[in-house]
Amino acid sequence: MALQITDACLNCWACADVCPNDAIALADPHFLIDERKCTECLGDHAEPQCAAICPIEAAIVDELGVYLNPPGSLTGIPVARLVEFGLWKGAA
Amino acid sequence: MELPVIANTAAGGGCSTSGCGTAPDALGHLPDDIRARVQDHPCYSEEAHHYFARMHVAVAPACNIQCNYCNRKYDCANESRPGVVSELLSPDQAIRKVLAVAAAIPQMSVLGVAGPGDPLANPARTFEIFRQLSERAPDIKLCLSTNGLKLPMYVDEIARHNIDHVTITINCVDPEVGAMIYPWIFWQNRRVRGVEAARILIEQQQKGLEMLTARGILVKVNSVLIPGVNDQHLKEVSKVVKAKGAFLHNVMPLIAEAEHGTYYGLMGQASPTAAQLQELQDACAGDMAMMRHCRQCRADAVGILGEDRGAEFTMDRIDALTLAEIDYESAMVRRKEVHDAIIDQLDQQREARRIPPMPPVLGAVADEMPAAPRPTLRPVLMAVAGKNGVVAEHFGHAREFLVYEASPTGVRFIGHRKTDLYCAGIETCGEGDAAQESVLDKTIAALSGCEVVLCSRIGFEPWGKLEASGIVPNGEHAMEPIEDAVMAVYQEMAASGKLADPAPSRKAA
Ligand code: SF4
Ligand code: SF4
Repeated sequence: MALQITDACLNCWACADVCPNDAIALADPHFLIDERKCTECLGDHAEPQCAAICPIEAAIVDELGVYLNPPGSLTGIPVARLVEFGLWKGAA
Repeated sequence: MELPVIANTAAGGGCSTSGCGTAPDALGHLPDDIRARVQDHPCYSEEAHHYFARMHVAVAPACNIQCNYCNRKYDCANESRPGVVSELLSPDQAIRKVLAVAAAIPQMSVLGVAGPGDPLANPARTFEIFRQLSERAPDIKLCLSTNGLKLPMYVDEIARHNIDHVTITINCVDPEVGAMIYPWIFWQNRRVRGVEAARILIEQQQKGLEMLTARGILVKVNSVLIPGVNDQHLKEVSKVVKAKGAFLHNVMPLIAEAEHGTYYGLMGQASPTAAQLQELQDACAGDMAMMRHCRQCRADAVGILGEDRGAEFTMDRIDALTLAEIDYESAMVRRKEVHDAIIDQLDQQREARRIPPMPPVLGAVADEMPAAPRPTLRPVLMAVAGKNGVVAEHFGHAREFLVYEASPTGVRFIGHRKTDLYCAGIETCGEGDAAQESVLDKTIAALSGCEVVLCSRIGFEPWGKLEASGIVPNGEHAMEPIEDAVMAVYQEMAASGKLADPAPSRKAA
């Protein structure tokens, strides 16, 4: 079990610095989680640390592809507004 | 060494000769030891910022809070929103870049780490740079801008690196207000939201501020003015941070445009008008001397404040460089000579200003000008398209205007007004273009309160529009020192009897 980083990532380094397992590394085109090292932070922290600090919605998903930070959840901008401005494609 | 950008300021342009008017008074309230440390600082002293160079390096990408005026995703090389950079440097690249710049530009005196995230959310990268630079270029002042969340944790480390200037962005001291500005923080391994997040952030900021001033480290506080959110509250912020020893409180306008994709931008939050900003700056200055020259400079700017020489030190050039090629010891000797000469010059200017009760510009022409303004005349705000202390720019090319107040007691620098550059170049400079016109309208709105605009040249169309909105364009003082030009125009206005009337009513806008 491991989380994954999507191409929404903007390479801000925040997750890599807080991962307790050193599972996140700079890669091209964006940071990647080493699935052999990621424990989803179980046993270390109540929340997966990468998902708790990542500032970008939809940048981190679980094994089922579910966003840990869905659109609108970090900024509070209504999804309809994001769609209106072309910042989100709609139903996910 | 030839330094094209800096050369004419060091030779004594207008701004340098009369020192932007208010500088000595603005520092007057500070204790002697702090004044001594601030008066020649290129970021804090209105006088010194014309002479010294400073740079920021972008080495701190991570952040640990979210502000409603920031969107990490949509950064853009064209905009000057703080904290936005296009080029992230590794600590190693940053050190080479700083040493190369400090060797090529002996006026270089300050290095800041300010972004694009929060330096203290990137402690290893940030402190590696400070550690290496204190070793190899101990004369360079180091400074740091932070949101303050991690300040208490790193105050000792900051003190160890001898970083004597820290800027904290403090937008509120009330968690209820804070909850409207910060949607979340990352704190003790959790994402904390709402009022609780704001409460923690405020507590850490205030504690950090106290700990820094207790250690004798200079602290400046920046606040973003957000109309309807913290505008009136900032007066309280100013009182609190002053009581805790911040030496300067700098109020900056919110920049909120939908195209930045920020919460405020997309939700239609208004940015302050120039008049609102000035009212707040004046109100906070009542509590604390406030120097208003601070630009919202990009975090990777190189050079004298407002002059971006970044293009001379691109990544390619830096990557081709090894530390062994930089003779940083002799560069330091050279810097000392240049810095000493600048400080001597500043001292002489301060000395010269102490003697005449009349402003030097007036004094110089008083003989031929019996109609020199008398103390009953009203003050006038003038906007200047200036560069390096002289009236140098085409109206349509000015990215910002410098606003000065002329009065019988002299010329005083008030602040900057940014524009959306309305003339983007020959190819887009077609007449009657609707988009362009709206930018011109915005520029005119940004100049509200000013009665005159001085520039080197101006097109026919903006001339008419300016006049129609009660602002008199003036292109007669091109390449003259700004204060001389402003005073000359003021004297002409006085001589033609325009200053006896009350200001035009639009001034109140
Ligand atoms: S979930 Fe935890 S262990 Fe996995 S990558 Fe994120 S921070 Fe590292
Ligand atoms: S915190 Fe998010 S945006 Fe930043 S590097 Fe990690 S996944 Fe990418």
